[in-house]
Amino acid sequence: MTTAKYLIGASVAALMLACAPDKPASITEKPDLNKSAVEAITDPTKGIGAVKKVTLNTPLEQDRIKRGLAIYEMKCLSCHKLDETRIVGPGWKNITKNRKPEWIMNMITNVDVMLDQDPEAQKLLELCLMRMPNQNVSIGDARDILEFMRQNDGEK
Amino acid sequence: MKTKIIYRTLTALVVLATVVVWQGCKPKAPASISMGDAASKAYVPPGKYDEFYNVVSGGFNGQMSIYGLPSGRLFRIIPVFSQFPESGWGYSEETIPMLNTSHGFVPWDDLHHIALSTTKGEHDGRWAFGNANNTPRVARVDMKTFKTVEILELPNSGGNHSSPFITENTEYVVAGTRFSVPVGDKTDVPISSFKENFKGYISFISVDPADGKMKIAFQLKTPGVSFDLARAGKGKSHGWFFFSTYNTEQAYTLLEVNASQKDKDFIMAVNWKKAEEYIRAGKGQITKAKYAHNVWDEHTHTGVSNIMNEVLQLDPAELKDIIYFIPCPKSPHGCDTDPTGEYIVGSGKLAALIPVFSFTKIQQAIANKDFEGEFAGIPVIKYEAALHGEVKKPGLGPLHTEFDANGNAYTSFFVSSEIVKWNVQSLEVLDRVPTYYSIGHLSVPGGPTTKPYGKYVVAYNKITKDRYLPTGPELTQSAQLYDISGDKMKLILDFPTTGEPHYAESIPAELVMPNSTKIYKLEENKHPYAALGEGQARVERKGNQVHVYMTAIRSHLTPDNIEGVKLGDEVYFHVTNLEQDWDVPHGFAVKGANNAEILVMPGETTTLKWKPLSIGVFPFYCTDFCSALHQEMQGYIRVSPAGSNVPLKFSTGKIEDQASGAGL
Repeated sequence: MTTAKYLIGASVAALMLACAPDKPASITEKPDLNKSAVEAITDPTKGIGAVKKVTLNTPLEQDRIKRGLAIYEMKCLSCHKLDETRIVGPGWKNITKNRKPEWIMNMITNVDVMLDQDPEAQKLLELCLMRMPNQNVSIGDARDILEFMRQNDGEK
Repeated sequence: MKTKIIYRTLTALVVLATVVVWQGCKPKAPASISMGDAASKAYVPPGKYDEFYNVVSGGFNGQMSIYGLPSGRLFRIIPVFSQFPESGWGYSEETIPMLNTSHGFVPWDDLHHIALSTTKGEHDGRWAFGNANNTPRVARVDMKTFKTVEILELPNSGGNHSSPFITENTEYVVAGTRFSVPVGDKTDVPISSFKENFKGYISFISVDPADGKMKIAFQLKTPGVSFDLARAGKGKSHGWFFFSTYNTEQAYTLLEVNASQKDKDFIMAVNWKKAEEYIRAGKGQITKAKYAHNVWDEHTHTGVSNIMNEVLQLDPAELKDIIYFIPCPKSPHGCDTDPTGEYIVGSGKLAALIPVFSFTKIQQAIANKDFEGEFAGIPVIKYEAALHGEVKKPGLGPLHTEFDANGNAYTSFFVSSEIVKWNVQSLEVLDRVPTYYSIGHLSVPGGPTTKPYGKYVVAYNKITKDRYLPTGPELTQSAQLYDISGDKMKLILDFPTTGEPHYAESIPAELVMPNSTKIYKLEENKHPYAALGEGQARVERKGNQVHVYMTAIRSHLTPDNIEGVKLGDEVYFHVTNLEQDWDVPHGFAVKGANNAEILVMPGETTTLKWKPLSIGVFPFYCTDFCSALHQEMQGYIRVSPAGSNVPLKFSTGKIEDQASGAGL
């Protein structure tokens, strides 16, 4: 594993659909979320990925918040603070006010495609100069994280 | 230009031929040379995958290596029986138990043979087994993670060479001893009492079909001879196992001469279904034996070693019909069963012919008691009664035989340095190609299974001499790839190999690749010292042990400033890699460590023990290039004198007042 390899690997992943190296015909890969990249981008503010529409409820769902916090502590806290300070990645304060819920969840679950194709994600990459890692977060888990973010932004 | 090259090549061939003839026991001059479309057949373009995984024994490096075929590219060395400082195998606290034995920690061994698990006689892509020749053990590698997940020691064995061959459904892995040894209560005996006191033991290791866990199901107490290689029956001969033996002279000194006296040694046929019957009937004897059983836990990311105390044994001299001997000329080495299970090929390494035995005829001979006598209480079947026929004048020094799907056999000849293709039914020699030089094992993809994929045969050579750029007295080991898709075998590639390859197997990529593990899930990490999130990163003191619960993620280590360690302390760095993305391991090394570094896979926790021997501030860093800021992924640990009052503290990203702590 080298950075060069990783970076190249990641950018190749983006180009893969256009000019992928031929693979042995008999080997079928498991479908992954990258597939969604071929779909037309209908609303650019929602990002790119499997998450098309998120329904937010009020009051906040407490079970989700609890789970979201646990995932945050395990997989996100190393790089994201809950206030506005940027360490490796941007602080989370006010993220739910500045971004659509779909964009947030696509960023979490479809990170390589987002970093390669989504203009807003690319701006953040230019700022942080560190590709956000794919932390293998499921869509359900991303929804829990989103609920935790809403609470962090002061929603009740 | 082309003519010139051809001319030069020819000159080189003539020179080579002359050298070869002149040196006598060197291989014959190459009859044909790799030309034409050979390169394109072995060429795998950038970005494309190989067709087969080639799992190759590392011999004296104690490891397994993974190559691609047809390219011959080396992908990975899997540490098995030998310490491997580049990943920390056998150095990290979690992996040290994997190398435990009844003799204590054994850091090295000699891995000779590979057996890939099968179901109904066909590759199933689940596990690869390997043998430790020196301190007798069998290891199981998980083909999902390419990691050694189990090592089982074998008691009453003096060298586990005849191993790890497997039955059709991986019911058993066998382990036959190369050295007979005195066992039980009478082990301090004169070496010259060999015939009286030395025994050969064969272990049948059962493999749990669900999780692969190994257990010595039973041991057969057999006469004091040397077991060399083995193959299970398949199809019609499923239920039987065939072992080659040598030193039936029972020599204990200068075996080179004294174990080569008899015209014939034996193939030992074992009816293991019969052995199972005896066990069910309570005929087995539980005997004291001390051996280690080491198992890797994928959730705690830790190996656990248990010392076992007994083993079930059967004595075939008393319990009839378990084993029979079949005479086989001149110290048989390879003992290979064809894909139908009907034919057993014995390769006498000093013989000038290859006997092929028929399973059907062996059964008839047993039924008719067509025996020529007994050896140590075991019936010896008449040679002619078991024989299908002999391959006449095939070459010199046959060693091993593999098969294709078309009824052909490929036998390696060490002395005459060639591969000979012959028809199993007609015993007719069909083709021969030279190898460079002195081939040992050979391997056809699927060759030992009921469904050979054919296509290639790989020669694993013992000598390379002039084939590669010289590197001093020690030269690379090598393999050679031949295309066997046509009538004539064609050399298409030479490739160097690591360690000393003995046996190898190849398996189609599609049986392994889709199952490859990409990450270990943090949610499933049950390591007692895991820090599952940076918030759990901390340092704790327990007496003179300092436990650092450290996290690694691109690109910082937490904590990265540690103080309050004192001389005399043992520091345990428990590093959890918080990444959940494929191909993002982090490494960890600390200055002055007397062991190794560790590589930590995504989601894994691994521990490096460090005992500082002097005071000062010691750097540590990530050793596996991980991001543009990899060079920033580092930290410091301060070691103070014993009895110092520097408080234990740790942090990351905390900027302290310069004055604070200065005097402490």
